Order: sequence, then C-alpha cells, then structure tokens
Amino acid sequence: MADENQNDVKEEVPEIATFDRTKKKKKKKVVISESTNNSVDKLAEKTENLAVSDGPETAFSGLKKKKKKTVESSILKEENGETREDLDERTGENEEGEGIVLGASYPWEGSDRDYHYEELLGRVFNILREKNPELAGDRRRTVMRPPQVLREGTKKTVFVNFMDLCKTMHRQPDHVMAFLLAELGTSGSLDGQQRLVVKGRFAPKNFEGILRRYVNEYVICIGCKSPDTILSKENRLFFLRCEKCGSGRSVAPIKAGFVARVGRRNAGS
Amino acid sequence: MSELETQVPSTFDPFADANAEDSGAGTKEYVHVRVQQRNGRKSLTTVQGLKKEYSYNKILKDLKKEFCCNGTVVQDPELGQVIQLQGDQRKNVSSFLVQAGIVKKENIKLHGF
Repeated sequence: MADENQNDVKEEVPEIATFDRTKKKKKKKVVISESTNNSVDKLAEKTENLAVSDGPETAFSGLKKKKKKTVESSILKEENGETREDLDERTGENEEGEGIVLGASYPWEGSDRDYHYEELLGRVFNILREKNPELAGDRRRTVMRPPQVLREGTKKTVFVNFMDLCKTMHRQPDHVMAFLLAELGTSGSLDGQQRLVVKGRFAPKNFEGILRRYVNEYVICIGCKSPDTILSKENRLFFLRCEKCGSGRSVAPIKAGFVARVGRRNAGS
Repeated sequence: MSELETQVPSTFDPFADANAEDSGAGTKEYVHVRVQQRNGRKSLTTVQGLKKEYSYNKILKDLKKEFCCNGTVVQDPELGQVIQLQGDQRKNVSSFLVQAGIVKKENIKLHGF
C-alpha cells in the first residue's frame, strides 16, 4: 500500500504539493535509500513506512492512539488530550521541515567515505522523531494556558482559570493554592465559581512565573522531564512519582516562611 | 584521567554531601528572599535564613547603604532574625549576598512574583 502511494506521489506531486509535506519527504527518503543502496537503509525505510501511515491525519491519529494507550492509567482529561494533539501537530510540522532539509542533503551521499558520528546521530534522531516522537525526548512540552486574571475592586485579584490549570497539571487545587499563596505572601481563597481570589494586585505574569516554579518543583519528573506525575502524601511527606519512567522523589513541603506584618499597626494586636 | 580512576572507587562517599552540608533536618540551608506587597505600589523585601554567625545589623547597614532604602532586623519567634527592607530589593539582595560571599548562589531562593 505504501509503495503504491509513493508511486502516486511521484506522479501527482504538483497537484497535492500544498498540503502533503509528509509525502514529499517520504519520496525524497526513498530516493536516497535507492541511491545509497544500503540494505539497512531500506529496512529502516520499510519500517518507517509501516509505522507512519500515509497522510498527516492518519499519522496523527495513530500517534493519538499510542499516547492514549500509554497514559491510560492516569485519568486523561479532555482538555489535556487537546493540548497534546496541538502539540503533536506542531512538533510534527517542525519535524517535517527538518526531515526535508536533511533528507535532501545527506553529506555522505554519492561518496563512499566513512560516516561521521554526528551525521549518523542526527540521522537516527530524525528517524526516531518521525516514528515515535515521544522517545526523542526534546521539544516535547506540555502547553498550559496562560492564567486569566481579573481585578476585583482595587485590592483583590481573581485568578479565573485556576481550576483549569490545576486539572491540566493533575494537582489538587488545595496544594496549588497553598503554594501560590505562600509565594505571593498574601492570603486568598476560592470563591463560589471555583476561582482563586487573592489579596493584593498581581499581574498575570506574576502568576505565570509562580506556576512555572510550581511545575518545576512539584510536577515535572527530574529524570525524564515528563509532566505525567502523581503527587502523593505518605506519612506527612510529599512524594512525586513519575508515571512515565517510574522514578520517584520527595518534594519539599510548602512553607509560607516569614510574613511581615503589613497594614495598620493596631489591627493585629 | 588517572586522577579520576584513582578517585572513583576508593573515596566515593555517598554521605559526603550530607556531612559536608551539616544538614540536620535533611534540608539545605536556603536563604529565602521574599517580597510582600503593601498598600499601593509599595513592597517589602524579607531575607530569612542567613547563618546565625553573621551580624545581622552589620549586613543590614550595608544593605541599606547600598540600596538606599530603610530596613530593620525583625525578631521572629520561630524563624529567628529576619531582615526587612523597604521596596522590592530581591535582585539587589541576592546579588549583594553572593558578591559579598555570605551565601552561595545556589542557596538563595527568590520567592514572590
């Protein structure tokens, strides 16, 4: 099936060139494998064809399936799935671009010199990225929506999509809230619509910075950088366990630290 | 290369870090630099967790002189002495402490937004 399709592509490239970047790339790859005349290469190409089914849509659906299988154990939120898909599409496009560039000019093409280590390394990483991007490791980032912040009156700030972000991070809102409030050094609470109301004026950028720190400390796995982690409490200590690689680590408890007394002096005591 | 070979098998002590840091509770001795909002666009910077050996008042005096701000040393029942400075001086404080050699860069934690 794949072979047929390639032949088709060779004939019909000008017509469908607008959207079929994967096919284009594939064509070039095939040419290379013929020219280098390397059995290993051919094998690789075959497996590639098997793995990446034709057309961008089907390829991505395949990816999605894979993802879902891997993440089955954890509760996959719909939004999270969406972001993943976006991400996949984006990275996919990038890879295609690279693939075209690199596929067009393998440096050892046409000459019978030895391969350089870097070249082969680049090649293997490109193939890896095409076939299963989750193994390549880099550039895979979870997308979190920017925090939406409203001002309530002049002295309070409302963090609108707080719950949303907690869900994307798979963290208890209480925990996130404790961290946010400790870092901001203020007090706050959840209101009726599950928004976070914080005392003080804060810009969205402030929240973003703090959330970033939160993710680094309490969400991301240090070993494999994956955000699929579970935070659990075992006899008063918080432990982070990675769903991808199975590693675990302890995380620091949230401490508010010193909070200076602000405001009218006679209000406190 | 030869050094490495001699070192690795014999003198690797997994508890070397712990002993060297002298960390009683397993936590590193971080210096926490926080910022706190006051009314309007005013803010406070607090420096907590400096080593007890240092003379807080002398550090404070230099900080005040350097950043042209006022400040105090506050006695906290749980956390000991805490330096308070007027205004958002987090960056200044951290660079000052590192430059003066009071704290190492990796032991400073900046909090706040």
